[in-house]
Amino acid sequence: MNIKKYLQVYSYFNYSSFSIELEYKVNLFIDLLTAILGLIGSVFLLSIFFSNTDEIGGWNFNQALIIQGIYTILNGVTNTWFNPNLKEIVKYVREGTLDYVLLKPIDSQFWVSFNRISPTGLIEILLGFFVLNYCFYINNISFTIWSLILLMITLICSISILYSLWFLISTTTIWFVKTWNATEVLRSFLYMGRFPMDSFSFSLRIFFSTFIPITFITTIPSEVLLGLSPAWKIILEVLVSMTFLIFSRKFWKFALRFYTSASS
Amino acid sequence: MKNSTIYKFSTLFKTQYANMLEYRAEIALWAISGVIPFFMLNIWTNNGLNESINISNVMLSRYFLSAFFVRQFSVVWVVFTFEEDALLGRVSPYIIQPLHPFIRYFAQHIAEQITRFPFALCIAIFFFIFNPQSLWIPSFLTIIISLISVFFSFLIQFLMQSIIASFCFWTEKASSIEKLLFIPTLFLSGLLAPVSSFPPYVKSWIYLTPFPYLIDFPASILSGNQANIIEGIFIQFLWIVLFFTIFKKFWKAGTKKFTAMGL
Repeated sequence: MNIKKYLQVYSYFNYSSFSIELEYKVNLFIDLLTAILGLIGSVFLLSIFFSNTDEIGGWNFNQALIIQGIYTILNGVTNTWFNPNLKEIVKYVREGTLDYVLLKPIDSQFWVSFNRISPTGLIEILLGFFVLNYCFYINNISFTIWSLILLMITLICSISILYSLWFLISTTTIWFVKTWNATEVLRSFLYMGRFPMDSFSFSLRIFFSTFIPITFITTIPSEVLLGLSPAWKIILEVLVSMTFLIFSRKFWKFALRFYTSASS
Repeated sequence: MKNSTIYKFSTLFKTQYANMLEYRAEIALWAISGVIPFFMLNIWTNNGLNESINISNVMLSRYFLSAFFVRQFSVVWVVFTFEEDALLGRVSPYIIQPLHPFIRYFAQHIAEQITRFPFALCIAIFFFIFNPQSLWIPSFLTIIISLISVFFSFLIQFLMQSIIASFCFWTEKASSIEKLLFIPTLFLSGLLAPVSSFPPYVKSWIYLTPFPYLIDFPASILSGNQANIIEGIFIQFLWIVLFFTIFKKFWKAGTKKFTAMGL
């Protein structure tokens, strides 16, 4: 592993995909509008919930807004890195171009995961931090270096879990060839990360903390911000994200053994 | 009568149905990705949010199940297919044919819905196993009326997307406009919360837009919740006429502008 080489390759990746994306400038604007409207829509939905009650699952409106902020950041990360890259895996396998990736003198998982970048998601990440900043204000959260570090740790863990989930599903392409819609299923489940997990019934909460660990993705970072999260939850999240990362790596290596090119 | 439109359409439909059956695993996954209304139902009933809007748990669960069904049979993706076809240059031969290209897409959608039906039914059966008290059998008349309004809802969305798809003649990425339009469809159509629960400042103008007629209205009919049937279907029909005229205008202007790609 030569880190310097990988960083250099990564900067080339970024340069080329930025120049592709900037060809569609109007698109950037429309995507920004979509992100803002999406946020307004889910705040609207929350306001409907809270017009009937003061709290759902023990969270009040201001606290639930934090989850919206975290979700927006993570959605931005998904749209910037995971979505443009991992969707392509399906194409590589179907057209057999994965051959070229495997032949390159670089780690194949690195190549398929970071080849492209879509700048519109970056604006969404900014928007999410903006919302979080507002939440600090309305929830009277006092800043400490310690809480900021903890937030960063949990956010990085969330991103790792998200990445692993996307990558695991995309890897199954090697057997099933067509998995566009499997990522759609994942997307619609992840959508529930916009709401506090305590607002679901017990059985769904179990489902969302084991099969598709949405609890770890948005709820725990928000709890950390509010200072509500006990230490064991944070440690558990770190462990879960490590397990997911290692498993997704192993799974990719395992799947590659079954890769039998396409056509020719 | 080999040249009649009906013959053309039925042949198209049969070939597309055979084509869609090949993708049944894909379509099954797609059906699963529509389960969001059930999660929303869980939030509503688990927190007792429906008490203040006077809809009982049973009626609300019927509403969300109906919303799931309406969504399943009114999903439209014509803009994505058309964009791909336009970029790859497949539109050129379609335009020369003595058949409007969108009739082909229309047949694809209908075929896909029929392939999807058994999967949606399976999901509904699972829903009733977990929620036996919400089981209901709508009367024959209700089924017919809701089928009509679901079909109208599908037509409205199909025409809206077709209008956006004809932007492909001017721009290469029309699908991002569709993603923008999807946001109000998601939040205002009643898929995540019934329109009757919306605050008054939204209710005052929402019925002037097509959105509540996409999911809330057909789902209310099917689930037996309150709905003004005759007025609703009439307004759906008006939207169809309006969007159809706009689409025809755009299509005419667009085909003049058409520059073949990928040749």
